Amino acid sequence: MFRYTKLTLLREIGLWALALLFLAPFYFLVTTALKPAGELFTTSALAPPVHPDFSNFVAVLSAKGNSNVVMGLLNSVIITAGSIVGLVALGSVTGYVISRSTRRWSKAAYYLFLVAIILPGQLGAVPLYMGARALGLTGSAWGLIILYTGMLLPLSIFLYSNFFRGLGTDYEEAATIDGASKSQVFAKVVFPMMAPATGTVTIFAGLIVWNDFFTSLIFLGGSANQTLPVAMYYYIGSLVSQWNSIFAIVIVSMIPILALFLFAQKRFIQGFSGGLKG
Amino acid sequence: MTATMQPKSEAAEAPRRGKRTPGAGQNTRPRGRGLEFGHWWWALPGIALVFAIHYVATGIGGFFAFTNWTGIGAFKITGWANFAAIFKDPTKVGALSNTLFLAFGSVLLGNIAGLVIALGLNRVIKTRYILRTLFFMPVVLSPLATAYIWKFIFDFNGPLNAFLKAVGAGDQAKPWLADPQWAIWTVLVVLVWSSTGFAMVIFMAGLAGVAVEVEEAAAIDGANLWQRFRNVTLPAIRPAVAIATTLGIVQGLRVFDPIMALTGGGPAGATETLATQVYKQAFALGNFGGGAALALVLAAIILFFAVIQQRLTRSNPED
Repeated sequence: MFRYTKLTLLREIGLWALALLFLAPFYFLVTTALKPAGELFTTSALAPPVHPDFSNFVAVLSAKGNSNVVMGLLNSVIITAGSIVGLVALGSVTGYVISRSTRRWSKAAYYLFLVAIILPGQLGAVPLYMGARALGLTGSAWGLIILYTGMLLPLSIFLYSNFFRGLGTDYEEAATIDGASKSQVFAKVVFPMMAPATGTVTIFAGLIVWNDFFTSLIFLGGSANQTLPVAMYYYIGSLVSQWNSIFAIVIVSMIPILALFLFAQKRFIQGFSGGLKG
Repeated sequence: MTATMQPKSEAAEAPRRGKRTPGAGQNTRPRGRGLEFGHWWWALPGIALVFAIHYVATGIGGFFAFTNWTGIGAFKITGWANFAAIFKDPTKVGALSNTLFLAFGSVLLGNIAGLVIALGLNRVIKTRYILRTLFFMPVVLSPLATAYIWKFIFDFNGPLNAFLKAVGAGDQAKPWLADPQWAIWTVLVVLVWSSTGFAMVIFMAGLAGVAVEVEEAAAIDGANLWQRFRNVTLPAIRPAVAIATTLGIVQGLRVFDPIMALTGGGPAGATETLATQVYKQAFALGNFGGGAALALVLAAIILFFAVIQQRLTRSNPED
Protein backbone atom coordinates (compact mmCIF):
# COMPACT_ATOMS: atom_id res chain seq x y z
CA MET A 1 0.00 0.00 0.00
CA PHE A 2 2.55 2.60 1.10
CA ARG A 3 5.17 1.98 -1.60
CA TYR A 4 7.80 4.35 -2.92
CA THR A 5 6.11 6.01 -5.89
CA LYS A 6 6.90 9.01 -8.08
CA LEU A 7 4.75 11.05 -5.73
CA THR A 8 6.94 9.99 -2.81
CA LEU A 9 10.04 11.06 -4.72
CA LEU A 10 8.40 14.45 -5.29
CA ARG A 11 7.58 14.68 -1.60
CA GLU A 12 11.17 13.84 -0.73
CA ILE A 13 12.54 16.50 -3.07
CA GLY A 14 10.08 19.05 -1.69
CA LEU A 15 11.14 18.27 1.87
CA TRP A 16 14.80 18.75 0.96
CA ALA A 17 14.01 22.12 -0.61
CA LEU A 18 12.15 23.09 2.55
CA ALA A 19 15.05 21.90 4.72
CA LEU A 20 17.55 23.98 2.73
CA LEU A 21 15.34 27.05 3.06
CA PHE A 22 14.86 26.32 6.75
CA LEU A 23 18.61 26.14 7.29
CA ALA A 24 19.44 29.21 5.20
CA PRO A 25 20.37 31.12 8.41
CA PHE A 26 23.33 28.74 8.79
CA TYR A 27 24.51 29.66 5.30
CA PHE A 28 24.58 33.36 6.22
CA LEU A 29 26.24 32.53 9.51
CA VAL A 30 29.15 30.68 7.92
CA THR A 31 29.68 32.86 4.84
CA THR A 32 29.61 36.08 6.87
CA ALA A 33 31.99 34.76 9.52
CA LEU A 34 34.52 33.94 6.79
CA LYS A 35 34.44 37.44 5.31
CA PRO A 36 37.50 39.60 6.04
CA ALA A 37 36.74 43.07 7.40
CA GLY A 38 37.21 44.74 4.02
CA GLU A 39 34.54 42.63 2.34
CA LEU A 40 31.77 43.06 4.89
CA PHE A 41 30.30 46.20 3.38
CA THR A 42 31.51 45.79 -0.19
CA THR A 43 29.91 42.39 -0.90
CA SER A 44 26.19 41.65 -0.83
CA ALA A 45 24.87 40.05 2.33
CA LEU A 46 23.70 37.16 0.15
CA ALA A 47 27.06 36.51 -1.50
CA PRO A 48 29.81 34.26 -0.13
CA PRO A 49 33.21 35.87 0.60
CA VAL A 50 35.59 36.47 -2.34
CA HIS A 51 38.67 35.71 -0.26
CA PRO A 52 37.51 33.71 2.75
CA ASP A 53 39.84 33.71 5.73
CA PHE A 54 39.82 32.75 9.39
CA SER A 55 41.04 36.04 10.81
CA ASN A 56 37.76 36.56 12.70
CA PHE A 57 38.12 33.23 14.43
CA VAL A 58 41.71 33.96 15.41
CA ALA A 59 40.55 37.25 16.94
CA VAL A 60 37.75 35.50 18.84
CA LEU A 61 39.97 32.81 20.31
CA SER A 62 42.61 35.28 21.47
CA ALA A 63 40.21 37.69 23.21
CA LYS A 64 41.12 38.40 26.83
CA GLY A 65 39.31 39.63 29.94
CA ASN A 66 35.63 38.86 30.47
CA SER A 67 35.18 37.95 26.82
CA ASN A 68 37.83 35.23 27.06
CA VAL A 69 36.15 32.52 25.03
CA VAL A 70 38.52 29.70 25.97
CA MET A 71 37.95 30.35 29.67
CA GLY A 72 34.22 30.62 28.99
CA LEU A 73 34.24 27.27 27.22
CA LEU A 74 36.08 25.64 30.11
CA ASN A 75 33.72 27.15 32.69
CA SER A 76 30.66 26.13 30.71
CA VAL A 77 31.92 22.55 30.51
CA ILE A 78 32.64 22.43 34.27
CA ILE A 79 29.31 24.00 35.24
CA THR A 80 27.25 21.91 32.83
CA ALA A 81 28.96 18.66 33.85
CA GLY A 82 28.68 19.48 37.55
CA SER A 83 24.99 20.33 37.26
CA ILE A 84 24.27 17.13 35.35
CA VAL A 85 26.01 15.05 38.03
CA GLY A 86 24.02 16.83 40.74
CA LEU A 87 20.73 16.46 38.89
CA VAL A 88 21.23 12.78 38.11
CA ALA A 89 22.37 11.93 41.63
CA LEU A 90 19.72 13.87 43.55
CA GLY A 91 16.99 13.44 40.94
CA SER A 92 17.28 9.66 40.71
CA VAL A 93 17.40 9.09 44.48
CA THR A 94 14.60 11.52 45.25
CA GLY A 95 12.42 10.37 42.37
CA TYR A 96 12.94 6.77 43.44
CA VAL A 97 12.02 7.31 47.06
CA ILE A 98 8.97 9.47 46.44
CA SER A 99 7.51 7.23 43.76
CA ARG A 100 8.18 3.99 45.67
CA SER A 101 7.24 5.14 49.13
CA THR A 102 3.81 4.22 50.41
CA ARG A 103 3.76 6.96 53.00
CA ARG A 104 1.41 9.87 52.69
CA TRP A 105 4.12 12.56 52.57
CA SER A 106 5.51 11.19 49.34
CA LYS A 107 2.45 12.36 47.42
CA ALA A 108 2.78 15.81 48.97
CA ALA A 109 6.45 15.86 47.99
CA TYR A 110 5.52 14.91 44.42
CA TYR A 111 3.20 17.92 44.17
CA LEU A 112 5.84 20.13 45.76
CA PHE A 113 8.06 19.30 42.79
CA LEU A 114 5.31 19.53 40.17
CA VAL A 115 4.26 23.03 41.19
CA ALA A 116 7.91 24.14 41.31
CA ILE A 117 8.22 23.42 37.58
CA ILE A 118 5.82 26.20 36.65
CA LEU A 119 6.81 28.88 39.17
CA PRO A 120 8.38 31.72 37.17
CA GLY A 121 12.08 32.15 37.92
CA GLN A 122 12.14 35.94 37.89
CA LEU A 123 10.05 36.21 41.03
CA GLY A 124 12.66 34.48 43.15
CA ALA A 125 15.71 35.86 41.38
CA VAL A 126 16.44 38.81 43.64
CA PRO A 127 15.89 37.01 46.98
CA LEU A 128 17.93 34.13 45.58
CA TYR A 129 20.76 36.44 44.61
CA MET A 130 20.82 38.03 48.05
CA GLY A 131 20.82 34.61 49.69
CA ALA A 132 23.59 33.31 47.45
CA ARG A 133 25.70 36.40 48.08
CA ALA A 134 25.28 36.01 51.83
CA LEU A 135 26.47 32.40 51.55
CA GLY A 136 29.39 33.38 49.32
CA LEU A 137 28.08 31.41 46.36
CA THR A 138 28.09 34.18 43.74
CA GLY A 139 30.98 34.42 41.31
CA SER A 140 32.02 30.80 41.63
CA ALA A 141 31.38 27.72 39.53
CA TRP A 142 30.35 25.83 42.67
CA GLY A 143 27.63 28.30 43.50
CA LEU A 144 26.21 28.10 40.00
CA ILE A 145 26.28 24.28 40.01
CA ILE A 146 24.28 24.22 43.25
CA LEU A 147 21.89 26.81 41.87
CA TYR A 148 21.27 25.02 38.58
CA THR A 149 20.86 21.72 40.39
CA GLY A 150 18.20 23.26 42.60
CA MET A 151 16.50 25.06 39.74
CA LEU A 152 16.21 22.03 37.46
CA LEU A 153 15.76 19.40 40.16
CA PRO A 154 11.93 19.42 39.94
CA LEU A 155 12.13 18.60 36.22
CA SER A 156 14.70 15.88 36.87
CA ILE A 157 12.64 14.34 39.68
CA PHE A 158 9.52 14.52 37.54
CA LEU A 159 11.18 12.63 34.66
CA TYR A 160 12.58 9.99 37.01
CA SER A 161 9.28 9.54 38.90
CA ASN A 162 7.38 9.02 35.66
CA PHE A 163 9.90 6.40 34.70
CA PHE A 164 9.53 4.50 37.99
CA ARG A 165 5.77 4.50 37.68
CA GLY A 166 6.05 2.25 34.64
CA LEU A 167 8.64 -0.04 36.18
CA GLY A 168 7.70 -3.12 38.16
CA THR A 169 9.30 -3.89 41.50
CA ASP A 170 10.18 -7.52 40.74
CA TYR A 171 13.92 -6.97 40.33
CA GLU A 172 14.14 -4.99 43.52
CA GLU A 173 12.20 -7.65 45.42
CA ALA A 174 14.43 -10.40 44.04
CA ALA A 175 17.59 -8.50 45.00
CA THR A 176 16.20 -7.82 48.48
CA ILE A 177 15.37 -11.48 48.99
CA ASP A 178 18.90 -12.36 47.86
CA GLY A 179 20.16 -10.25 50.74
CA ALA A 180 21.09 -6.94 49.12
CA SER A 181 20.86 -3.85 51.31
CA LYS A 182 18.69 -0.88 50.34
CA SER A 183 21.65 1.09 49.01
CA GLN A 184 22.92 -1.93 47.11
CA VAL A 185 19.51 -2.46 45.54
CA PHE A 186 19.49 1.14 44.41
CA ALA A 187 23.07 1.35 43.16
CA LYS A 188 23.35 -2.07 41.52
CA VAL A 189 19.80 -2.86 40.39
CA VAL A 190 17.68 0.26 40.13
CA PHE A 191 20.13 2.86 38.86
CA PRO A 192 21.34 0.80 35.87
CA MET A 193 17.70 0.17 34.88
CA MET A 194 17.10 3.90 34.88
CA ALA A 195 19.51 4.52 32.02
CA PRO A 196 16.83 5.88 29.62
CA ALA A 197 15.60 8.36 32.24
CA THR A 198 19.17 9.33 33.03
CA GLY A 199 19.77 9.94 29.32
CA THR A 200 16.73 12.19 29.09
CA VAL A 201 17.68 14.14 32.21
CA THR A 202 21.25 14.55 30.94
CA ILE A 203 20.11 15.87 27.57
CA PHE A 204 17.48 18.25 28.95
CA ALA A 205 19.57 19.57 31.81
CA GLY A 206 22.71 19.72 29.68
CA LEU A 207 21.00 21.78 26.98
CA ILE A 208 19.29 24.15 29.40
CA VAL A 209 22.40 24.77 31.50
CA TRP A 210 24.75 25.01 28.51
CA ASN A 211 22.55 27.54 26.71
CA ASP A 212 21.46 29.54 29.74
CA PHE A 213 22.42 33.17 29.69
CA PHE A 214 20.33 35.03 32.27
CA THR A 215 21.27 33.06 35.41
CA SER A 216 24.99 32.98 34.74
CA LEU A 217 24.98 36.69 33.81
CA ILE A 218 23.47 37.59 37.17
CA PHE A 219 25.22 35.12 39.44
CA LEU A 220 28.68 35.26 37.89
CA GLY A 221 28.47 38.98 37.15
CA GLY A 222 31.85 40.67 37.09
CA SER A 223 33.87 37.59 38.02
CA ALA A 224 36.49 35.94 35.85
CA ASN A 225 34.48 32.68 35.77
CA GLN A 226 32.22 33.62 32.85
CA THR A 227 30.32 30.97 30.97
CA LEU A 228 30.37 30.81 27.19
CA PRO A 229 27.08 32.67 26.52
CA VAL A 230 28.14 35.49 28.86
CA ALA A 231 31.58 35.71 27.25
CA MET A 232 29.83 35.84 23.86
CA TYR A 233 27.50 38.57 25.12
CA TYR A 234 30.40 40.73 26.35
CA TYR A 235 32.41 40.12 23.18
CA ILE A 236 29.51 41.16 20.97
CA GLY A 237 28.69 44.11 23.21
CA SER A 238 31.81 45.87 21.96
CA LEU A 239 30.98 45.31 18.29
CA VAL A 240 28.46 47.32 16.32
CA SER A 241 27.33 45.72 13.07
CA GLN A 242 30.66 43.91 12.65
CA TRP A 243 28.75 40.81 11.73
CA ASN A 244 31.81 38.87 10.55
CA SER A 245 33.35 39.05 14.05
CA ILE A 246 29.98 38.52 15.77
CA PHE A 247 29.29 35.41 13.73
CA ALA A 248 32.76 34.02 14.35
CA ILE A 249 32.06 33.91 18.09
CA VAL A 250 28.50 32.67 17.53
CA ILE A 251 29.94 29.75 15.53
CA VAL A 252 32.58 29.04 18.19
CA SER A 253 29.89 29.01 20.88
CA MET A 254 27.67 26.73 18.83
CA ILE A 255 30.22 24.11 17.73
CA PRO A 256 30.34 22.05 20.96
CA ILE A 257 26.57 21.64 21.25
CA LEU A 258 26.02 21.05 17.52
CA ALA A 259 28.84 18.50 17.41
CA LEU A 260 27.37 16.68 20.39
CA PHE A 261 23.93 16.78 18.82
CA LEU A 262 25.07 15.42 15.45
CA PHE A 263 27.13 12.76 17.20
CA ALA A 264 24.27 11.58 19.43
CA GLN A 265 21.29 12.87 17.47
CA LYS A 266 19.27 9.72 17.90
CA ARG A 267 19.60 9.89 21.69
CA PHE A 268 18.79 13.60 21.66
CA ILE A 269 15.61 13.20 19.68
CA GLN A 270 14.52 10.12 21.63
CA GLY A 271 15.15 12.02 24.84
CA PHE A 272 12.96 14.86 23.67
CA SER A 273 10.09 12.84 22.29
CA GLY A 274 10.26 9.92 24.72
CA GLY A 275 10.94 11.76 27.96
CA LEU A 276 7.93 13.98 27.47
CA LYS A 277 5.40 11.31 26.83
CA GLY A 278 5.13 10.91 30.57
CA MET B 1 5.39 16.23 30.60
CA THR B 2 1.69 15.59 30.46
CA ALA B 3 1.29 14.92 34.12
CA THR B 4 2.64 18.36 35.00
CA MET B 5 -0.59 19.89 33.92
CA GLN B 6 -2.89 17.12 34.95
CA PRO B 7 -5.68 18.05 37.30
CA LYS B 8 -5.14 16.88 40.82
CA SER B 9 -7.64 14.10 41.03
CA GLU B 10 -6.26 12.33 38.02
CA ALA B 11 -2.58 12.53 38.80
CA ALA B 12 -3.31 11.42 42.32
CA GLU B 13 -4.58 8.16 40.96
CA ALA B 14 -1.56 7.66 38.76
CA PRO B 15 0.43 5.50 41.16
CA ARG B 16 -2.46 3.06 41.41
CA ARG B 17 -2.69 2.53 37.69
CA GLY B 18 0.32 0.25 37.35
CA LYS B 19 0.07 -3.45 38.01
CA ARG B 20 2.66 -3.79 40.70
CA THR B 21 3.28 -0.33 42.04
CA PRO B 22 3.88 -0.10 45.77
CA GLY B 23 0.76 2.03 46.12
CA ALA B 24 -1.33 -0.96 45.05
CA GLY B 25 0.32 -3.22 47.56
CA GLN B 26 -0.19 -0.75 50.35
CA ASN B 27 -2.75 -2.83 52.18
CA THR B 28 -1.35 -6.27 51.62
CA ARG B 29 2.25 -5.38 52.34
CA PRO B 30 2.81 -3.76 55.70
CA ARG B 31 5.85 -1.60 56.26
CA GLY B 32 8.98 -2.97 57.85
CA ARG B 33 9.01 -6.33 56.12
CA GLY B 34 12.14 -5.43 54.15
CA LEU B 35 10.24 -4.70 50.99
CA GLU B 36 10.10 -0.98 51.38
CA PHE B 37 12.40 0.45 48.75
CA GLY B 38 15.03 2.92 49.83
CA HIS B 39 15.17 4.95 53.01
CA TRP B 40 12.67 7.78 53.19
CA TRP B 41 15.35 10.24 54.28
CA TRP B 42 17.12 9.81 50.94
CA ALA B 43 14.61 12.35 49.62
CA LEU B 44 15.51 15.02 52.17
CA PRO B 45 18.41 16.79 50.36
CA GLY B 46 16.31 17.15 47.20
CA ILE B 47 13.26 18.39 49.06
CA ALA B 48 15.32 20.88 51.08
CA LEU B 49 17.06 22.27 47.98
CA VAL B 50 13.86 22.64 45.97
CA PHE B 51 12.06 24.13 48.95
CA ALA B 52 14.77 26.75 49.49
CA ILE B 53 15.36 27.69 45.85
CA HIS B 54 11.82 27.50 44.54
CA TYR B 55 9.49 28.11 47.44
CA VAL B 56 11.33 30.29 49.95
CA ALA B 57 12.86 32.54 47.28
CA THR B 58 9.61 32.77 45.30
CA GLY B 59 7.63 33.34 48.48
CA ILE B 60 9.86 36.23 49.49
CA GLY B 61 9.64 37.61 45.96
CA GLY B 62 5.85 37.23 46.07
CA PHE B 63 5.72 39.09 49.37
CA PHE B 64 7.54 42.05 47.81
CA ALA B 65 4.84 42.22 45.13
CA PHE B 66 2.71 43.90 47.82
CA THR B 67 5.39 46.44 48.78
CA ASN B 68 7.08 49.45 47.21
CA TRP B 69 10.56 47.95 47.66
CA THR B 70 13.17 49.26 45.20
CA GLY B 71 15.57 46.33 45.59
CA ILE B 72 17.60 47.89 48.42
CA GLY B 73 16.80 49.68 51.65
CA ALA B 74 13.50 50.16 53.44
CA PHE B 75 10.03 49.46 52.06
CA LYS B 76 6.36 49.91 52.89
CA ILE B 77 3.54 47.44 52.41
CA THR B 78 1.28 48.92 49.76
CA GLY B 79 -1.32 46.19 49.30
CA TRP B 80 -2.69 45.84 45.78
CA ALA B 81 -1.26 49.14 44.53
CA ASN B 82 1.34 47.45 42.31
CA PHE B 83 -1.32 45.33 40.62
CA ALA B 84 -3.57 48.33 40.02
CA ALA B 85 -0.60 50.18 38.51
CA ILE B 86 -0.02 47.37 35.99
CA PHE B 87 -3.39 47.87 34.35
CA LYS B 88 -2.98 51.63 34.21
CA ASP B 89 0.40 51.50 32.45
CA PRO B 90 -0.02 51.18 28.64
CA THR B 91 3.47 49.63 28.29
CA LYS B 92 2.55 46.77 30.62
CA VAL B 93 -0.86 46.24 29.05
CA GLY B 94 0.92 46.23 25.69
CA ALA B 95 3.42 43.72 27.09
CA LEU B 96 0.51 41.51 28.13
CA SER B 97 -1.05 41.49 24.68
CA ASN B 98 2.37 41.01 23.02
CA THR B 99 3.04 38.04 25.30
CA LEU B 100 -0.28 36.40 24.41
CA PHE B 101 0.21 37.14 20.69
CA LEU B 102 3.72 35.65 20.65
CA ALA B 103 2.80 32.61 22.76
CA PHE B 104 -0.29 31.66 20.76
CA GLY B 105 1.16 32.73 17.40
CA SER B 106 4.32 30.69 17.87
CA VAL B 107 2.43 27.66 19.17
CA LEU B 108 -0.04 27.74 16.30
CA LEU B 109 2.48 28.29 13.50
CA GLY B 110 5.23 26.16 15.05
CA ASN B 111 2.87 23.24 15.56
CA ILE B 112 1.31 23.47 12.12
CA ALA B 113 4.77 23.61 10.55
CA GLY B 114 5.97 20.77 12.78
CA LEU B 115 2.93 18.66 11.98
CA VAL B 116 3.23 19.25 8.23
CA ILE B 117 6.91 18.28 8.27
CA ALA B 118 6.22 15.25 10.48
CA LEU B 119 3.44 14.10 8.13
CA GLY B 120 5.76 14.69 5.18
CA LEU B 121 8.50 12.61 6.77
CA ASN B 122 6.11 9.88 7.90
CA ARG B 123 6.70 6.53 6.13
CA VAL B 124 8.62 5.54 3.00
CA ILE B 125 10.77 8.70 2.75
CA LYS B 126 14.30 7.31 2.41
CA THR B 127 16.23 10.18 3.94
CA ARG B 128 13.78 10.85 6.76
CA TYR B 129 16.35 10.53 9.53
CA ILE B 130 18.78 12.95 7.91
CA LEU B 131 15.93 15.39 7.31
CA ARG B 132 14.70 14.98 10.86
CA THR B 133 18.17 15.83 12.17
CA LEU B 134 18.36 18.92 9.95
CA PHE B 135 14.95 20.23 10.98
CA PHE B 136 15.73 19.62 14.63
CA MET B 137 19.06 21.48 14.58
CA PRO B 138 17.73 24.94 15.59
CA VAL B 139 16.27 23.46 18.78
CA VAL B 140 19.69 22.77 20.33
CA LEU B 141 21.05 26.26 19.69
CA SER B 142 21.09 28.80 22.48
CA PRO B 143 18.35 31.45 22.17
CA LEU B 144 21.09 34.07 22.32
CA ALA B 145 23.00 32.67 19.32
CA THR B 146 19.77 32.17 17.37
CA ALA B 147 18.76 35.77 18.02
CA TYR B 148 22.10 37.11 16.76
CA ILE B 149 21.79 35.20 13.49
CA TRP B 150 18.29 36.53 12.85
CA LYS B 151 19.26 40.03 13.88
CA PHE B 152 21.65 40.02 10.93
CA ILE B 153 19.04 38.58 8.58
CA PHE B 154 16.59 41.36 9.47
CA ASP B 155 19.32 44.02 9.48
CA PHE B 156 18.83 46.90 7.04
CA ASN B 157 21.97 45.81 5.17
CA GLY B 158 21.16 42.15 5.76
CA PRO B 159 20.19 39.23 3.55
CA LEU B 160 16.42 39.77 3.66
CA ASN B 161 16.57 43.27 2.22
CA ALA B 162 19.33 42.22 -0.20
CA PHE B 163 17.03 39.44 -1.39
CA LEU B 164 14.06 41.82 -1.77
CA LYS B 165 16.22 44.16 -3.85
CA ALA B 166 17.51 41.28 -5.96
CA VAL B 167 13.98 40.16 -6.90
CA GLY B 168 12.90 43.73 -7.66
CA ALA B 169 10.93 44.38 -4.48
CA GLY B 170 13.47 46.86 -3.16
CA ASP B 171 10.76 49.30 -2.12
CA GLN B 172 9.64 46.76 0.50
CA ALA B 173 13.07 46.84 2.15
CA LYS B 174 12.91 48.29 5.65
CA PRO B 175 14.74 48.16 8.97
CA TRP B 176 12.56 45.27 10.15
CA LEU B 177 13.59 45.25 13.79
CA ALA B 178 13.28 49.03 14.17
CA ASP B 179 9.86 49.19 12.51
CA PRO B 180 7.16 49.36 15.25
CA GLN B 181 4.69 47.55 13.01
CA TRP B 182 6.98 44.73 11.87
CA ALA B 183 9.25 44.15 14.86
CA ILE B 184 6.83 41.79 16.63
CA TRP B 185 6.47 39.68 13.48
CA THR B 186 10.23 39.27 13.23
CA VAL B 187 10.23 37.99 16.82
CA LEU B 188 7.44 35.59 15.90
CA VAL B 189 9.44 34.26 12.92
CA VAL B 190 12.43 33.57 15.18
CA LEU B 191 10.28 31.79 17.78
CA VAL B 192 8.62 29.63 15.13
CA TRP B 193 11.97 28.79 13.56
CA SER B 194 13.44 27.58 16.82
CA SER B 195 10.37 25.62 17.99
CA THR B 196 9.27 23.86 14.79
CA GLY B 197 11.80 21.04 15.14
CA PHE B 198 10.63 20.33 18.65
CA ALA B 199 6.98 20.05 17.63
CA MET B 200 8.08 17.89 14.71
CA VAL B 201 9.79 15.20 16.81
CA ILE B 202 6.82 15.02 19.20
CA PHE B 203 4.47 14.54 16.25
CA MET B 204 6.80 12.02 14.61
CA ALA B 205 6.77 9.98 17.82
CA GLY B 206 2.97 10.23 17.87
CA LEU B 207 2.63 9.25 14.23
CA ALA B 208 4.87 6.24 14.73
CA GLY B 209 2.17 4.86 17.00
CA VAL B 210 -0.56 5.01 14.33
CA ALA B 211 -1.16 1.49 12.98
CA VAL B 212 -0.50 1.15 9.26
CA GLU B 213 -3.37 -1.32 8.95
CA VAL B 214 -5.94 1.21 10.13
CA GLU B 215 -4.73 3.79 7.63
CA GLU B 216 -4.73 1.22 4.87
CA ALA B 217 -8.21 0.09 5.75
CA ALA B 218 -9.45 3.67 5.61
CA ALA B 219 -7.76 4.16 2.25
CA ILE B 220 -9.33 1.00 0.84
CA ASP B 221 -12.72 2.15 2.09
CA GLY B 222 -12.28 5.20 -0.11
CA ALA B 223 -11.28 7.85 2.42
CA ASN B 224 -9.31 10.63 0.79
CA LEU B 225 -6.10 12.09 2.21
CA TRP B 226 -7.87 14.76 4.28
CA GLN B 227 -10.49 12.35 5.62
CA ARG B 228 -7.77 9.90 6.57
CA PHE B 229 -5.89 12.61 8.38
CA ARG B 230 -8.99 14.02 10.09
CA ASN B 231 -10.56 10.73 11.17
CA VAL B 232 -7.67 8.33 11.63
CA THR B 233 -4.38 10.14 12.15
CA LEU B 234 -5.46 13.15 14.17
CA PRO B 235 -7.38 11.27 16.89
CA ALA B 236 -4.39 8.93 17.29
CA ILE B 237 -1.91 11.75 17.81
CA ARG B 238 -4.03 13.83 20.18
CA PRO B 239 -1.75 13.15 23.15
CA ALA B 240 1.18 14.40 21.08
CA VAL B 241 -0.79 17.55 20.21
CA ALA B 242 -1.53 18.09 23.90
CA ILE B 243 2.13 17.82 24.89
CA ALA B 244 3.47 19.97 22.07
CA THR B 245 0.93 22.77 22.52
CA THR B 246 1.03 22.85 26.32
CA LEU B 247 4.81 23.04 26.42
CA GLY B 248 4.84 25.57 23.62
CA ILE B 249 2.42 27.86 25.42
CA VAL B 250 4.29 27.66 28.73
CA GLN B 251 7.56 28.40 26.94
CA GLY B 252 5.98 31.09 24.77
CA LEU B 253 4.49 32.97 27.71
CA ARG B 254 7.92 33.11 29.33
CA VAL B 255 9.77 34.34 26.24
CA PHE B 256 12.74 36.47 27.28
CA ASP B 257 16.20 35.75 25.81
CA PRO B 258 15.34 36.10 22.09
CA ILE B 259 13.62 39.43 22.67
CA MET B 260 16.42 40.89 24.76
CA ALA B 261 18.95 39.95 22.10
CA LEU B 262 16.81 40.89 19.06
CA THR B 263 15.04 44.11 19.95
CA GLY B 264 15.48 44.70 23.67
CA GLY B 265 11.71 45.20 23.79
CA GLY B 266 11.77 48.08 21.31
CA PRO B 267 11.11 49.98 19.19
CA ALA B 268 9.09 52.08 21.65
CA GLY B 269 7.91 49.00 23.58
CA ALA B 270 6.51 47.32 20.48
CA THR B 271 8.00 43.93 21.38
CA GLU B 272 7.93 44.23 25.17
CA THR B 273 6.66 41.05 26.89
CA LEU B 274 5.75 40.31 30.51
CA ALA B 275 9.08 38.57 31.13
CA THR B 276 11.16 41.44 29.72
CA GLN B 277 9.06 43.92 31.72
CA VAL B 278 9.55 41.90 34.92
CA TYR B 279 13.29 41.97 34.33
CA LYS B 280 13.39 45.70 33.53
CA GLN B 281 11.19 46.75 36.43
CA ALA B 282 12.92 44.56 39.00
CA PHE B 283 16.54 44.78 37.91
CA ALA B 284 17.03 47.86 35.77
CA LEU B 285 14.47 50.41 36.97
CA GLY B 286 14.70 49.79 40.71
CA ASN B 287 11.02 48.93 41.04
CA PHE B 288 11.29 45.49 42.53
CA GLY B 289 7.81 45.54 44.02
CA GLY B 290 6.24 46.33 40.65
CA GLY B 291 8.36 43.70 38.90
CA ALA B 292 7.37 41.08 41.46
CA ALA B 293 3.67 41.93 41.03
CA LEU B 294 4.06 41.51 37.28
CA ALA B 295 5.83 38.16 37.81
CA LEU B 296 2.88 36.99 39.91
CA VAL B 297 0.49 37.97 37.12
CA LEU B 298 2.67 36.07 34.65
CA ALA B 299 2.68 32.98 36.88
CA ALA B 300 -1.12 33.10 37.15
CA ILE B 301 -1.49 33.38 33.37
CA ILE B 302 0.87 30.46 32.76
CA LEU B 303 -1.01 28.29 35.23
CA PHE B 304 -4.38 29.29 33.77
CA PHE B 305 -3.50 28.44 30.17
CA ALA B 306 -1.58 25.29 31.06
CA VAL B 307 -4.65 23.88 32.83
CA ILE B 308 -7.13 24.95 30.12
CA GLN B 309 -4.90 23.62 27.37
CA GLN B 310 -4.55 20.31 29.10
CA ARG B 311 -8.32 19.93 29.49
CA LEU B 312 -9.09 20.87 25.91
CA THR B 313 -6.67 18.49 24.24
CA ARG B 314 -7.00 15.50 26.52
CA SER B 315 -8.30 12.66 24.38
CA ASN B 316 -10.08 10.70 27.11
CA PRO B 317 -10.16 10.50 30.90
CA GLU B 318 -7.95 7.40 30.87
CA ASP B 319 -5.15 9.25 29.17
